Amino acid sequence: MDIKSMKNYLYWLYCQFELITCSYLMEPWEKLLFYSFNIALLVTVLYTAYIFLPGHISSALQFFWQLFGSQHENTVSVLK
Amino acid sequence: MANPSAVCNGHLHHHHQKQNNLLKSGIYKKNGITKGMKKNGVSNGTLYKKTFIEHFEQAPMYVAVLTFLGFGVGTIFGYLRDFMRACGLEKRNLAAEREEQKDFVPLYQDFENFYTRNLYMRIRDNWNRPICSVPGPQFDLMERVTDDYNWTFRFTGRTIKNVINMGSYNYLGFAETDVNALKTVSIELQKYGTGVCSTRQEMGTLDKHVELEKLVAKFLGVEDAMVFGMGFATNSMNIPALVGKGCLILSDELNHTSLVLGARLSGATIRIFKHNNMQNLEKLLREAIIYGQPRSRRAWRKIIILVEGIYSMEGSIVHLPELVSLKKKYKAYLYLDEAHSIGAVGATGRGVVEYFGMSPDDVDVLMGTFTKSFGAAGGYIAGKKDLVDFLRTHSHSAVYATSMCPPVAEQIIRAMKCLMGLDGTTQGLQRVRQLGKNTRYFRRRLHEMGFIIYGNDDSPVVPLLLYMPGKIGVFSRLMLQKNIGVVVVGFPATPITESRARFCVSAAHTREMLDTVLNALDELGDFLLLKYSRYSKSAHPELYEETRLE
Repeated sequence: MDIKSMKNYLYWLYCQFELITCSYLMEPWEKLLFYSFNIALLVTVLYTAYIFLPGHISSALQFFWQLFGSQHENTVSVLK
Repeated sequence: MANPSAVCNGHLHHHHQKQNNLLKSGIYKKNGITKGMKKNGVSNGTLYKKTFIEHFEQAPMYVAVLTFLGFGVGTIFGYLRDFMRACGLEKRNLAAEREEQKDFVPLYQDFENFYTRNLYMRIRDNWNRPICSVPGPQFDLMERVTDDYNWTFRFTGRTIKNVINMGSYNYLGFAETDVNALKTVSIELQKYGTGVCSTRQEMGTLDKHVELEKLVAKFLGVEDAMVFGMGFATNSMNIPALVGKGCLILSDELNHTSLVLGARLSGATIRIFKHNNMQNLEKLLREAIIYGQPRSRRAWRKIIILVEGIYSMEGSIVHLPELVSLKKKYKAYLYLDEAHSIGAVGATGRGVVEYFGMSPDDVDVLMGTFTKSFGAAGGYIAGKKDLVDFLRTHSHSAVYATSMCPPVAEQIIRAMKCLMGLDGTTQGLQRVRQLGKNTRYFRRRLHEMGFIIYGNDDSPVVPLLLYMPGKIGVFSRLMLQKNIGVVVVGFPATPITESRARFCVSAAHTREMLDTVLNALDELGDFLLLKYSRYSKSAHPELYEETRLE
């Protein structure tokens, strides 16, 4: 039962996507072209995120750590 | 007066800015109009004798973004298909020149039809559907299918029966085939035949026309009237007779094509004011009187204002009281096109003039058509006797166009007599009341469901906003599957982001039919996510009414 309503919901979401992007009006080969373009774009974005995001996040974290880290050392030295 | 301002400024909404400015400026700031109002002698000091509620809600921002996204995708694919057609990868289905003429001046300008070729063709099956019965509250459709994505159609031979008709301009339900109702029409048909074979000025004026014109004049409460065979031609052929070079035409932004065509044919200068915006109109009037004609600075020979009673794409009613006071102050003429409002608004169906409680002497030229509320064809122009006598001699339509055919004239006579009560029954009044009830019920229920509806609460034309181009086709097709026929409109008849479905409520619709349509709309609204309104009405109407001018 849950699977069925889940499937119905997903199908309805797919219908909304079709309506909003006018792919409902397209002929089958146009739909193929449009979807393959979209999926290719999505895959590229995800792949790029997978490769580069950890690197970017760790360097950003390092930058902020350093900022707070040096502050911490400064205050410690003043106290001392 | 503070109360409406508090409601407007305090809460909710989306403002109907035009109405709000009117409230503030029309009554407090502009001395001219305040004086005009006092002269009118209306007891409670305002121009409107009853509440005038209009809705023009704006959709949330994401709707506009998604609409543009849809159009963007459609345009990109349009360019792709055009490229393929130009390369020869795809067959060209539209008109093209012959090979021998390729070097001549191009006959078919390709790019102008870009939208038609690439977007309209894909959903073309929703328009031009042939019907095969009288367009009453229900009608029969011929089924057609397409094998090549709407470039050609073929009929399967089957008829879809009893489709509920929400698209015909059948406001009072006079499009009927009841034998008793059409008795006089068939008698006249036997007596006169169908063709007139002449123009009004030669041998085409029949006693039926004289009878009809007297009846129209009596119905509207004016001195005289003249009838023409075609409604569109009434506007486009008579405006050139009334104005010419050296005159100024002030025309509303959303006027019908017949008015625009008539104005352009006349050769007068045309200036456009924003839809129903009386401040803009006043500014234009002042500029016209102060600066005069463009180069010579002479005074304008005539200034005429072209407006419609009900605008068929918006469902809005013209602000007639302010308009008449403006016209009297600046000495301009008023041409009121009551194509959709005659028979449909007003306590006894006499149009917007009666709706606002004004006298027909205030409007200089009253024009209307018999196509919508009377179940016939043709148009009329009514007003002072001098005006109509002038038109009888100078109008293009009177001189060159064939006059109205007798059975159609008899249909109008019997419909008008029914409306006025001259046939001894109260059927006419009942029809008008039924239309009012149906209109209010339909609009109220649609507001409660959460759709965005444009227009005045009393107008039987109900535009429901769809916004996205992908939804236009789906809406119409799904409604047809549920046996309901609707009219959907998109660009270029409406602004590009505001495509809509337009319902025309009729007095012949029963409560069950309206409920069927409303339930179908409810379902479709949930499935297609059309319920964009942020303010669905609750049990406290006073809190949620947009603007009130009392």
